[in-house]
Amino acid sequence: MVKHVIPESYREALIHLRDGDFHIVAGGTDIMLKYRNEADLPPKFDRDVLYILNLDELKYIQSEAHVWRIGALTSYEMLLDHPDLPEVFKAAWLDIGGPGLRHVATLAGNIANASPAADGIMPLYLYDAQVVLESCGGSRTVPIEAVITGPKQTAIASHEMIREIIIPKHPFNVTQWLKVGTRKADAISKVSFCGAAHVEPGVIHELRFTLGSVAPTVIRARDIEGSLKGLLISELKTKTAFVLNAYSERIQPIDDQRSNKHYRHQVALNLIEDFMTQLIKEG
Amino acid sequence: MKPLKFILNDQPVETHTNPSRRLLDVMRHDYGLTGSKEGCGEGECGACSVLLDGHAVNSCLLPLASVQGRQVTTIEGYAKTQRFAVLKQAMGEEGGSQCGICTPGFMIAIESLLKKHPKPTDQQIRIDLAGNLCRCTGYNMIIKAVKRAAKVGEGLW
Repeated sequence: MVKHVIPESYREALIHLRDGDFHIVAGGTDIMLKYRNEADLPPKFDRDVLYILNLDELKYIQSEAHVWRIGALTSYEMLLDHPDLPEVFKAAWLDIGGPGLRHVATLAGNIANASPAADGIMPLYLYDAQVVLESCGGSRTVPIEAVITGPKQTAIASHEMIREIIIPKHPFNVTQWLKVGTRKADAISKVSFCGAAHVEPGVIHELRFTLGSVAPTVIRARDIEGSLKGLLISELKTKTAFVLNAYSERIQPIDDQRSNKHYRHQVALNLIEDFMTQLIKEG
Repeated sequence: MKPLKFILNDQPVETHTNPSRRLLDVMRHDYGLTGSKEGCGEGECGACSVLLDGHAVNSCLLPLASVQGRQVTTIEGYAKTQRFAVLKQAMGEEGGSQCGICTPGFMIAIESLLKKHPKPTDQQIRIDLAGNLCRCTGYNMIIKAVKRAAKVGEGLW
């Protein structure tokens, strides 16, 4: 029989993780479904379970000079209510379930669950976010790309948990979040897109894209982005074909119950093109 | 083993049941609070909504363990409040409740919404009720009921 542990402090949670092998339940909105049982029966957990939702010491949003720090158990609703977090994050987070789900679901949970279709983590890649993993032995700070290693796979060791997420501040002045799904409020993404640009009088200082649900993990191609730095907006048009070709090779979608690979591939490219076109139009 | 303690509809309670059970099942079976319904069972329809420390949550996705030390209010507890009375009246007058299966969940979601936005805009209402499904009303009547309740019950939220 599996053991159920409700630690009273973060410190206590880390000690349990050191001494055992646990499923960690924060908001629980993914894991409770994954192990869902027949009606009225407890979930079919296959390991001991550590319930951490009530560790209030990990619920915070701190704004520092160059970064935001988000405590692991901060709910999506708390994040959405924060006045200063960037719009592109909020737009993505608002597409996650409804408020009932967002009052308990967490960004850290989305990271640990490592779904290639997770909406909440998309802007983290855009902003080069880092994740602080902690255990009784100490902590390490790991870039988001290195934390999520594949579908449902992470570099988080069994004795570690996410303590906080660090989001660098950027001077982007054009951002976009777009999700293609079947319908609002429930739909799991078929394709999702984040774009951000820092443009100043006609010059592109920075242009970034992330694509979700079209590869085993979120796509962010720094080499392609690098080739666009310093371009004049008026030169961007001549680069469009190159950019789309380059991303076309990185996009590796699959067929599943939500969509098929041909559709996903084409839509992902269209979303990149639309964002570039919008930049060109706005000069 | 230590009992799990929480406040249920303003009363302190203790239980030794399996803490991984869904809050929905515990409410319905252990406490006879059957106002919360199981619709989809996966966080989409909102029929199972209850208040956790005043915020709407899907009790079909919440393990009992997560309410340790916190306040749970089901529709039965909420029904004893003045705010509920105002909202019930408004829902009746606007036809916001028809077959009734989604209604307890909507009442909880609306309470959570009005607490945050006592004078909600259409947009705020639509965002905060997006997690509740209704197959009868087409939603417009519910939205009208929210506005009516906010107006009639001004100062209550």
